[in-house]
Amino acid sequence: MDNKKELIVSAIENGTVIDHIPAEAVYRVVNILNLNLHEDEVLIGTNLASKKLGKKGIIKIKNRYFAQNEIDKIAVAAPSATLIEIKDYQKVVKRQVEIPDILQAIVKCINPNCITNIEDISTRFTVIDKQPLKIKCHYCEKTQEPLA
Amino acid sequence: MTNLKGKNLISITDYSKEEYIQILDLAKEFELNPKQPILTDKVVASIFFEPSTRTRLSFESAANMLGARVIGFSNPAATSLQKGESLHDTIQMVASYSDIIVMRHPRDGAARYASEVSSVPVINAGDGANQHPTQCMLDLYSIRKTQGTLDNLNITMVGDLKYGRTVHSLVQAMSNFKATFHFVSPKELEMPESVKMHVKRMGLKYHEYTNLEDIVPFSDIIYMTRIQKERFSDPMEYEKVKNCYILDAATLQGCKENMRVLHPLPRVNEIAMNVDTTPYAYYFQQAQNGVYVRQALISAIMGVK
Repeated sequence: MDNKKELIVSAIENGTVIDHIPAEAVYRVVNILNLNLHEDEVLIGTNLASKKLGKKGIIKIKNRYFAQNEIDKIAVAAPSATLIEIKDYQKVVKRQVEIPDILQAIVKCINPNCITNIEDISTRFTVIDKQPLKIKCHYCEKTQEPLA
Repeated sequence: MTNLKGKNLISITDYSKEEYIQILDLAKEFELNPKQPILTDKVVASIFFEPSTRTRLSFESAANMLGARVIGFSNPAATSLQKGESLHDTIQMVASYSDIIVMRHPRDGAARYASEVSSVPVINAGDGANQHPTQCMLDLYSIRKTQGTLDNLNITMVGDLKYGRTVHSLVQAMSNFKATFHFVSPKELEMPESVKMHVKRMGLKYHEYTNLEDIVPFSDIIYMTRIQKERFSDPMEYEKVKNCYILDAATLQGCKENMRVLHPLPRVNEIAMNVDTTPYAYYFQQAQNGVYVRQALISAIMGVK
């Protein structure tokens, strides 16, 4: 039994663990972080039992740390996620991701007539509600509930 | 008094209640004395990426009455846009030729983007289905002029309340003045939930009706709107609702003496011609007020008033 558990949570020397991802959001997180292009080890676990979420996902990425803009993207796709940074097998940072008040270049506007979908413009949204996520486009002013 | 020099006007929420009042007071000054050549050394760029009659002519008339030179286009087919030039580059170029830009564009958010690219102030003359703040300001001016106040009025809005950007902006603006709103529309064209929520958040009341006659006797303003054919993907849906509210002189029997009918124009058939000769018709004066309000805006943003 212990061996099986070890397999799921095996430690990495350096890198990031993203835990407590809702199971249905795991592959969305993989996509938005472009983890398919990461050349080192990536361990993806999904549909794992979780007291808090029912079913959760976990992603372990060896030798990779994320910039704030990427962490904001994780927060939009998986607001319950926890981010753990590991250096020399030690947890050096553990924190809950948090949706920022402004989403800059994180999601696309759902309004097909919005200028951000026509010209090459970085999108910008004001967060109106965090749970469930409701945002307002800085340009077309449409309120929307996005999927990252 | 706030200094509005250099301040863009993109959305009705960009200006405070005090700033609206400041513009309305200034517009009153221009109504009394419209020909004031105070911008003779300035160039106003009037760039219309889609057709417009009233808004464009009224802006250009306002600029001319201030003595400014007007450059621009009303047909993007005759510009570099046809060659694939981006809005970004067009705005940068126009900004370098002018002191202020007045702009209409078919895309939502285009004016906000232009204001971020431009080195000179931008006035939004309509961006897609999003905002048309100068229409809202001339509506406020017309309401204040006919009612003597903006406070505590019964504002009835009729017709296409779902897609009509003018009614959405007017609700936002009039919410600052403790209005009570009456929304008259067919079910398919009801006021959006987000606008109704805004009214609630401001601690104000709104009522919804399907029958216009019920509310005529209690209204201070009846704001008619056109059912916009271009908003319907299904022509049958348009046919069902297109004639649902026709305001005629008989409908106005029993209205308050101070009541005035407004309409952003163009009208199709929602206001019968026999209303034009009643003392309640105000829509043509409303359009004329647009010139004074735009004179006020241009001169305040240019910092000469």
